Amino acid sequence: MNNTRRNFLKFAGLTAAGLCVASAGSVIAAGTGSTIKDGEKALKAKRWGMVIDTKKAGTKEAIDALAKACHSVHNVPDIPGTQNVKWIWAVGFEEAFDQPNNYMDESLEKRQFAVLCNHCSSPSCVRVCPTKATYQRPDGIVAMDYHRCIGCRYCMAACPFGARSFNFMEPRLHLDLANLNKSFPTRMRGVVEKCNFCVDRLADGKIPACVEASQGALVFGDLSDPASEVRKVLREHYTIRRKPALGTEPGVYYII
Amino acid sequence: MLEKALKGSPKYYMWIGFLLLIILGASGVYLMQLMQGLTITGMSRDVSWGFYIAQFTYLVGLAASGVMIVLPYYFHHYKKFKDLVIFGEFMAIGAVVMCLGFIVVDIGQPQRMLNVLLYPTPNSILFWDMVVLNGYLILNVLVGWTCLEADRQHLPHPKWTKVLAYTSIIWAFSIHTVTAFLYQGLPGRHYWLTAILAARFLASAFCSGPAILVLVILLTEKVTTFKANVEGIATLAKIITYAMCVNVFFFLLEVFTAFYSNIPGHMHSLVYLFKGVHGHHELVPFMWTAAALGLGSLALLIPPKLRDNIKLLPWSLGILVIATWIDKGLGLLIGGFNPTPFETIAPYWPTGKELIISLMIYAIGALVVTVLFKIATEVKEETGASQKTAETAEAN
Repeated sequence: MNNTRRNFLKFAGLTAAGLCVASAGSVIAAGTGSTIKDGEKALKAKRWGMVIDTKKAGTKEAIDALAKACHSVHNVPDIPGTQNVKWIWAVGFEEAFDQPNNYMDESLEKRQFAVLCNHCSSPSCVRVCPTKATYQRPDGIVAMDYHRCIGCRYCMAACPFGARSFNFMEPRLHLDLANLNKSFPTRMRGVVEKCNFCVDRLADGKIPACVEASQGALVFGDLSDPASEVRKVLREHYTIRRKPALGTEPGVYYII
Repeated sequence: MLEKALKGSPKYYMWIGFLLLIILGASGVYLMQLMQGLTITGMSRDVSWGFYIAQFTYLVGLAASGVMIVLPYYFHHYKKFKDLVIFGEFMAIGAVVMCLGFIVVDIGQPQRMLNVLLYPTPNSILFWDMVVLNGYLILNVLVGWTCLEADRQHLPHPKWTKVLAYTSIIWAFSIHTVTAFLYQGLPGRHYWLTAILAARFLASAFCSGPAILVLVILLTEKVTTFKANVEGIATLAKIITYAMCVNVFFFLLEVFTAFYSNIPGHMHSLVYLFKGVHGHHELVPFMWTAAALGLGSLALLIPPKLRDNIKLLPWSLGILVIATWIDKGLGLLIGGFNPTPFETIAPYWPTGKELIISLMIYAIGALVVTVLFKIATEVKEETGASQKTAETAEAN
């Protein structure tokens, strides 16, 4: 009898202490903002950005290969239908860019364009998120805390690029569980997700998975560094961005 | 006063039982949604808000029904609204409860809802919408309940209720403005990205909200001894008419801007809604129905002879409600998401399960309104205010 009571009190005390620690922990976590810890070899930049050479990666097959690399690294489920989840995929010129052309040259008309989160400088998704589950890192990457997200999907309405996906259902039902990437979490249903510019890989000193798989068609680097490779490519080619008139300042450039 | 809701006629019990049955039955489907996720809805990657958020948006308008009574009563001392004020406030309570309900069923992780409070984010309009909606709820509960209690005890209303009532009038405008800001501040959604959206929300709310309120009051008259002041109802009908005129006018401003400027982005949503594009005509019949009913309601409401015909009034208001519901509860949302950011069309239609869950929220709202109206009418009966036998009393 006594024993049970003592156990109960112990349990109650521990629980109370646990609650205090947990809430203190969440306050600390809220302060740091980022959930990914940088490793020793971590790649760092002031403003990460990407250039996509659409002449090199301009077919559905080529872009599907990038998507495959990305989706397997991030355990992105393959869901048939309109409630699908995708981080990077292929679309035509008129779908990607707000500049219809009645007399486009044939190669452009057939060309496919890889679209993904633009990691905008003034991201409307970050502006609208009511819980700071979507936030902008100091290095320009728009990242997400899947455990903070309440699934209101305001960010999806706010993103003018259609870059975001919602887990309408349990994503693990549509994943090859035997071949999961154990170093990146799977998501739960009811949260939004999107391309994260591979913050997880950058922290380990690796370039993004799509860039790695692109055989040079995608260039990734620090936009603020004039000596970086992205800046070199941007200097040498005419590039455009998606919907620049909206003022979100996308960080992904396209060589046409 | 709550005990008044516990005693009633068999018919009252049957109605309450019926509502509880709907809530209980439909909550089974909600449980299914909780377990399977929002996949049971018709929403998609491209149309990521659907029927729930549309109903939320429409019901914010109903919440405003009260202010069109409270404002003339408090600001202009329009005494004919005296006995209607409480119904306006109680209707607002029911409406806000439904609004919150529709938000809760719409979010993917409802158990994390409090994150909005734990990590308050003032740059998110959703945060402010939460603040204004809950604030409006509290204001109406405080003012409505206290004033009714005072009436019951034949006491003057406490002075502070007047301060809160004034606050609630200003506050009512904020709930529409903020709800419109949810939409109109988003880049790339052309149908919403328009400065007049908030004004449209106000106009639409100030016609559809009071219209539903009048319909419910007319129904209340049928089942209780309460008899609303005839002139009061007539004035309300006049307010509704003006608001609907403004609502239609604002919509036509959108049409002009879009088509005279000939800018594709501005035209696309309207063309999709009223004509269809890329072989998609899903909403065309609805939008034209809304247009016809909207103009029809004006034809029935503008001539004083027709407007003051109390037999015709419920019909005029009914078609007004349908018209505004299609416009704001269906067209606004789907038209906002179409064309998608990729200039494609993603048709959306709510699933049966989605509609059943919506029915659950509506039944909860009906339950709240029933109970509150029951209390209000009983107190009116007790104090002899606006009763059927004293129809012509000038006491009001």
